[in-house]
Amino acid sequence: MNTEIVKDANNKQLHVTREFAAPVEKVWKAWTEPDLLDKWWAPRPWRTETKTMDFSEGGVWLYSMVGPEGERHWCRADYKTITQGSEYTAVDAFCDENGNPSGMAPSMSWHLRFNSTATGTRVDITITFEKEEDLEAIVKMGFKEGFTMAHGNLDELLAQL
Amino acid sequence: MRRDVFQAIADPTRRAILALLALQAMTPNALAAHFESSRQAVSKHIKVLTECEVVVQKQSGREIYYHFNPKKMKEIDLWLERFRKLWEDRFDQLDDLLKDL
Repeated sequence: MNTEIVKDANNKQLHVTREFAAPVEKVWKAWTEPDLLDKWWAPRPWRTETKTMDFSEGGVWLYSMVGPEGERHWCRADYKTITQGSEYTAVDAFCDENGNPSGMAPSMSWHLRFNSTATGTRVDITITFEKEEDLEAIVKMGFKEGFTMAHGNLDELLAQL
Repeated sequence: MRRDVFQAIADPTRRAILALLALQAMTPNALAAHFESSRQAVSKHIKVLTECEVVVQKQSGREIYYHFNPKKMKEIDLWLERFRKLWEDRFDQLDDLLKDL
């Protein structure tokens, strides 16, 4: 199944859409329970280690992403609103092991919706940046967390430029 | 002043200018004719686009032509591609996990 990503023209929002061949309850579980999140959130060879998680309005998920050479990046997600089983919003940030925001990159706001479909579940994610310059700053940082991890055909792509 | 490719596309008029130039190179007059804003306003946008290097100027005879520079735009595309790859990989892993749940 294809992951669809659309950027809005003003560089303030990204939309990610993906369908899963599993019922909503399971997809919701996989996204909101730390034992499960730790299994898929980071693309191999990276892995996720949850330090603490409180999936509730005002609660925080504090975790680190660990690389193949032991490199570790800490992140936090602050949950804002939750409609159990179908929707939630959160704000993320890079931080230290105690959850203190590093201020190194702008935060992003996340809005996730989980919808039942004939074949399973569709997840719609909207990532919002406060200002147009925020996306620019994240790109400049090389979106460190993500791109040190995004393995695969990146080298091929670069070779084409 | 060096600027970023994102500043180039952050404005709707600039995006429209790029869309036109991507189809064909134009002189400043030809370009301005497409917009209701003043020639001056359009010039300001072109200045930003040139500073961002998504548009380059080339002399042809006595005229200056503005050309779209596709290489520069790739910075954003590259980032988006990496972003997409990250999410694809994550979701593939989630597919596998869901089978066992």
